[in-house]
Amino acid sequence: MALSRLASSSSRSADLLKPLCSAISLRRPISTDTTPITVETSVPFTSHQCDTPSRSVQTNAKELFTFFRDMALMRRMEIAADSLYKAKLIRGFCHLYDGQEAVAVGMEAAITKKDCIITAYRDHCTFVSRGGTLLEVFAELMGRQAGCSRGKGGSMHFYKKDSNFYGGHGIVGAQVPLGCGLAFAQKYSKDEAVTFALYGDGAANQGQLFEALNISALWDLPAILVCENNHYGMGTAEWRAAKSPAYYKRGDYAPGLKVDGMDAFAVKQACTFAKEHALKNGPIRGKSLSLVEAIKLTSSCSVCCAYMQILEMDTYRYHGHSMSDPGSTYRTRDEITGVRQERDPVERIRKLILSHDLATEKELKDIEKEIRKEVDDAIAQAKENPLPESSELFTNVYAKGLGVESFGADRKEVRAILP
Amino acid sequence: MAAIFQGVGAAPALSSLPSNSFDSKNILFSPRRSFSVRKAPSFVVVRSDGTMNLDLNPKGRRAQQFIANAVATKEDSSAASSSSKPGHELLLFEALREGLEEEMERDPRVCVMGEDVGHYGGSYKVTKGLATKFGDLRVLDTPIAENSFTGMGIGAAMTGLRPVVEGMNMGFLLLAFNQISNNCGMLHYTSGGQFTIPIVIRGPGGVGRQLGAEHSQRLESYFQSVPGIQMVACSTPYNAKGLMKAALRSENPVILFEHVLLYNLKERIPDEDYICNLEEAEMVRPGEHVTILTYSRMRYHVMQAAKTLVNKGYDPEVIDIRSLKPFDLYTIGNSVKKTHRVLIVEECMRTGGIGASLTAAITENFHDYLDAPIICLSSQDVPTPYAGRLEEWTVVQPAQIVTAVEQLCQ
Repeated sequence: MALSRLASSSSRSADLLKPLCSAISLRRPISTDTTPITVETSVPFTSHQCDTPSRSVQTNAKELFTFFRDMALMRRMEIAADSLYKAKLIRGFCHLYDGQEAVAVGMEAAITKKDCIITAYRDHCTFVSRGGTLLEVFAELMGRQAGCSRGKGGSMHFYKKDSNFYGGHGIVGAQVPLGCGLAFAQKYSKDEAVTFALYGDGAANQGQLFEALNISALWDLPAILVCENNHYGMGTAEWRAAKSPAYYKRGDYAPGLKVDGMDAFAVKQACTFAKEHALKNGPIRGKSLSLVEAIKLTSSCSVCCAYMQILEMDTYRYHGHSMSDPGSTYRTRDEITGVRQERDPVERIRKLILSHDLATEKELKDIEKEIRKEVDDAIAQAKENPLPESSELFTNVYAKGLGVESFGADRKEVRAILP
Repeated sequence: MAAIFQGVGAAPALSSLPSNSFDSKNILFSPRRSFSVRKAPSFVVVRSDGTMNLDLNPKGRRAQQFIANAVATKEDSSAASSSSKPGHELLLFEALREGLEEEMERDPRVCVMGEDVGHYGGSYKVTKGLATKFGDLRVLDTPIAENSFTGMGIGAAMTGLRPVVEGMNMGFLLLAFNQISNNCGMLHYTSGGQFTIPIVIRGPGGVGRQLGAEHSQRLESYFQSVPGIQMVACSTPYNAKGLMKAALRSENPVILFEHVLLYNLKERIPDEDYICNLEEAEMVRPGEHVTILTYSRMRYHVMQAAKTLVNKGYDPEVIDIRSLKPFDLYTIGNSVKKTHRVLIVEECMRTGGIGASLTAAITENFHDYLDAPIICLSSQDVPTPYAGRLEEWTVVQPAQIVTAVEQLCQ
């Protein structure tokens, strides 16, 4: 981190001295350059029952700009949602993800749309990273027709089937068995893809998590359980809820990895490693290998004990648990500002871009302005969008099957119109 | 039996029958697009006639023939007559297995998960032999973790698989209540229709032979208000196989309630492919004086009481409602309009049970047709005791049914 600060300051002073050269370099196209750049993750990985992936991550300018743009978009979107909630356009629950964007963005960079992601209720940004549009997000938050769930789900029920994003779940921990079910279906259909089941440090104490862990390990499912540890389960700090806050070790027989969740590249590296591990050692190969053969195959892991893994993302949320939580009764404002200054994911990427001389401050600010406009436009469009029709109350309760419709008592009056 | 052939051969004839609403009495089932589905002959979902032709109900007749020896769980061996009649004879658990096996052959997406369903063959032998036939990936032995394996079944269903989740005893599924209520029932709605959950959750429930309070639970009353699920209760080998197959083909989550004491019932069922409509009630015994609505094991207590009632000069109409959610108010309504008296006999608890909802539904819709208040006979609101005599008195006995009918028909 210090190195990059030095580098950026020296490049800035260099800019002053050599205006012509810097002007030329700045006119380099900023989003299509794919020459590899090597970046070091902020801290080394810690592992449990497995080797750690390398700290050096290959990236390029295009990816840096994508990360910056995506994370800035998510940040702006969450802040806009905050204002909308205070303006009473969003009601009920609104759990904001700002501060944790690196997890969503880093994970998406490591996988394809064939891999499944399932998460809990803090799902706005994960939905966007999976391909959701801003209009779908804001319309769903405001309960309008253009929402991703037609306005019937709300903040906690974002889904995108075509990009394998399975939501969006309100009950803490219930999505983890669902995620293992997704992995089971991938194994059943021989998909060669993996499932990332995300949960929080609060959910890590749920029994169904351990049940799902056991079954996934037993049946060799390509499931990767990702604990987004933002250190607070609503108002309860992790040291008050968990006897052992080393969530990556809780798998016991399952390999685990602790990752700095505020560093998008660390997340990307960990997810790539996890996916590779799951597929190489996983159900595709199956149990027909002898242990020796299996060890030879895996270059990055010396012990292949189980095929599913746990990734613990050490991350932080700036907002409270939800909009009704100020977020400062159980932690100090100093702590929040401290993390924001030292570990902010968007700032990290900004510094990387500046230090590698890929853009000026002004250009990045322009990108942010553009993003702000995009978000404002989406909000305006969503506000125009109509509320769902009253008949929507009864749609999608049942799926139409066997050609039967649901009639009322006399079979004369149609009580529910099934789609 | 005749109803099925009617459908296949002579659809026009049936459509000319007087019908006051729904045109298509016989719904032809067309196999959905699914990979490598065998070419099965198209068959017919038989709807029970809403009309007054009481003698045209072959299912009722067959059930009537059968009822006399079906209260006890001993099978009736009539070997002499078996060779001449069409179809084949089997026990209810075998019928369930047959239905499951046929669907697993037909659709490779069907898989079974539950405790001891694979190598052990199922605690009630419903899945016996399926693991050796279909392999470990399609018939999965789970650890004892109902919450998570039900959740896994639902997650797999979200991607398009069609799992069957077996609760070794329905009572154990209480541990998975969150998954069943929130994820299974609601995901189709909260995702705006993006996901369907074609899961079947099945298992035996009901009061058995001194199994104790925790193993004698009736969960239909707990699940009945979960929106988005369908509940059916099977009571004969014929409807067990039919409902199992229909449930597996349905795009909706279906909970199939079986009963511990009914697994050894024997019946002759057709050889050909058939399914039973999930939303339809079954006319067991047509009658004139009183409508008796029942389901699952209580059907047999009712039929036993019916014998006594017939001797006493009453003519009860017995309907096995089969579909616990949604109620088949069409069949029930037509019956109420005819008899004007309703008795509900169920094994649920009185408070908040299926009977309570059914009473409300009938009163709301058919109040004008009732000559007497609806009597609802249910199990007592107590945990099921272990002692045999006490257990007998928690559930409704035929003598109580007879008394209730006499009271209604005064």
